[in-house]
Amino acid sequence: MVTATGTTALEAELLGIAGSVPDPELPALTLRELGVVRAVHLRAADSVEVELTPTYTGCPALETMSLDIERALHAHGMREVEVRTVLVPAWSTDDITDEGRRKLREFGIAPPRTRAAAGPVPLSLGPTRIADDGPETGSAPSRALDADPVHCPHCGSPDTELLSRFSSTACKALRRCLACREPFDHFKEL
Amino acid sequence: MTAAPATPVPTTAALALGDDALVLSHRLGEWAGHAPVLEEEVALANIALDLLGQARVLLSMVGDEDELAYLREERSFRNLQLVEQPNGDFAHTIARQLYFSTYQHLLYTELAAGDGQFAGLAAKAVKEVAYHRDHAEQWTLRLGDGTDASRERMQRATAALWRFTGEMFQPVEGLDVDLSALEAAWLEAVGGVLRRATLTVPEGPRSGAWTAGAGRQGVHTESFGRMLAEMQHLHRSHPGASW
Repeated sequence: MVTATGTTALEAELLGIAGSVPDPELPALTLRELGVVRAVHLRAADSVEVELTPTYTGCPALETMSLDIERALHAHGMREVEVRTVLVPAWSTDDITDEGRRKLREFGIAPPRTRAAAGPVPLSLGPTRIADDGPETGSAPSRALDADPVHCPHCGSPDTELLSRFSSTACKALRRCLACREPFDHFKEL
Repeated sequence: MTAAPATPVPTTAALALGDDALVLSHRLGEWAGHAPVLEEEVALANIALDLLGQARVLLSMVGDEDELAYLREERSFRNLQLVEQPNGDFAHTIARQLYFSTYQHLLYTELAAGDGQFAGLAAKAVKEVAYHRDHAEQWTLRLGDGTDASRERMQRATAALWRFTGEMFQPVEGLDVDLSALEAAWLEAVGGVLRRATLTVPEGPRSGAWTAGAGRQGVHTESFGRMLAEMQHLHRSHPGASW
C-alpha cells in the first residue's frame, strides 16, 4: 500500500522502529523526538536505507546511533540496513518535538527555545559580561531569543545566568539558577 | 561520511577548508588538561570537536579521511599558516580563534547562501561557528578590557598573529566567493571587537613581502612538522588501529 506521500505502510512502521531507538547520550529521548531520523526507504523486501542527520557536524554519538538503528531493524527482519548521513537541510533544535522538550526538562536539561519569526531584531552591543545568550554574531533569528529567558528545569525560575557557552557536550551550555542555585545544562539553540 | 556528490568536487578548496578545520582542531585539543579553568577546557574541546566533524566531511569529499589526515606529508597540507601556530598562552589561542572563527563564519555564511558543493556543509557548520566566534569575541573583550596583565598579553597576541591574517583572503581554486568583500567585512568585524576591547588594531603588514602565508601552497612554519609528527604517529605506527 502506498500512501499519498509515497511512503509505504512498512516504511512507516520501520521509521517508527528506527525512531524509537533511544539517543545514546540523552537516553530519555528517542531519535524521533530528537528529530534526527529523516526517512526510511525500502530497497527490497528485506533491505532498507535510513537517513540520519547529525545534531552537530562532529557529533560523536552518530556512529552509536547508526549501530543501534541497524540492530533494531535487523531484529525486525531486515537483512540489509544501510544508515546514510545527510547534512541537508541542516538539523535545528526546532526539530526537537514537544514531547522531546518535555522529556529534556524532566531529565534536568533546559530545552532549547524555539525561534520566533525571523525579522529585524534590535542589536545591543556593549556589555562584556557573559549574561547574554546565544552567539551575538549569529543569525538575526537568534537575537529574537533574548526576550525569552531560559527557565530552570528544576524549579522553573526564569532567573538564570550563563556560566559557560559550552558544557558536557557541544550541544549544551552550562547555566545556574539564581533562585534555587542549582547548576543545569541548557540545550543550546542551533 | 556523506554520499559521493554527483558533480566533481573542487578538490583544492575542499582540502584547504578541511585542513584548516583539522589542524586547528588538533591545536585546540592540545589544551585538554592544560586550560586555565575547567569550563574553558570543555569549551575548547567542544570547538575542536565541531571542527573535527567539519574536517571529516570536507576530507571525505576528496578521499579517505584517515589516509588524508594521517598519511600525508607536511607539504601536502593546504591549511592556513595561522591555524598551525602553537597555542602560546591563552591570549594567543584566543587571538587565533578570533581571527580564524571570524573568517570562517563570514566565509561559510557566503558558501551557505550559494548553491555550490559546500553549501550543505556550510549551512550546518555556520551555526556551530557562530558560537566559536562569539566565544572568541567574549574572551577578547574580557582579556583586553581586563587587568593590565591580561590587556598586555592580549595586545601582544593580536599583534603577533596579525601577519598571518592576509593569507585567509588569497584566492583558492574552486572557492567561489568575493574575497575582497570578505576581507573588508573581516577587517571591520575584527577591528570593531579589538576597539571595544580597548586594544589597538595591529598596524603591521598582512600580505606581501615579509609576511607569512603560503600554507595554501603547502609551505608551512617550523612548528607544524612537530604537530604533524604527534598527530600522525599513532596511525603510522599501528596502521588500521581502532578503539
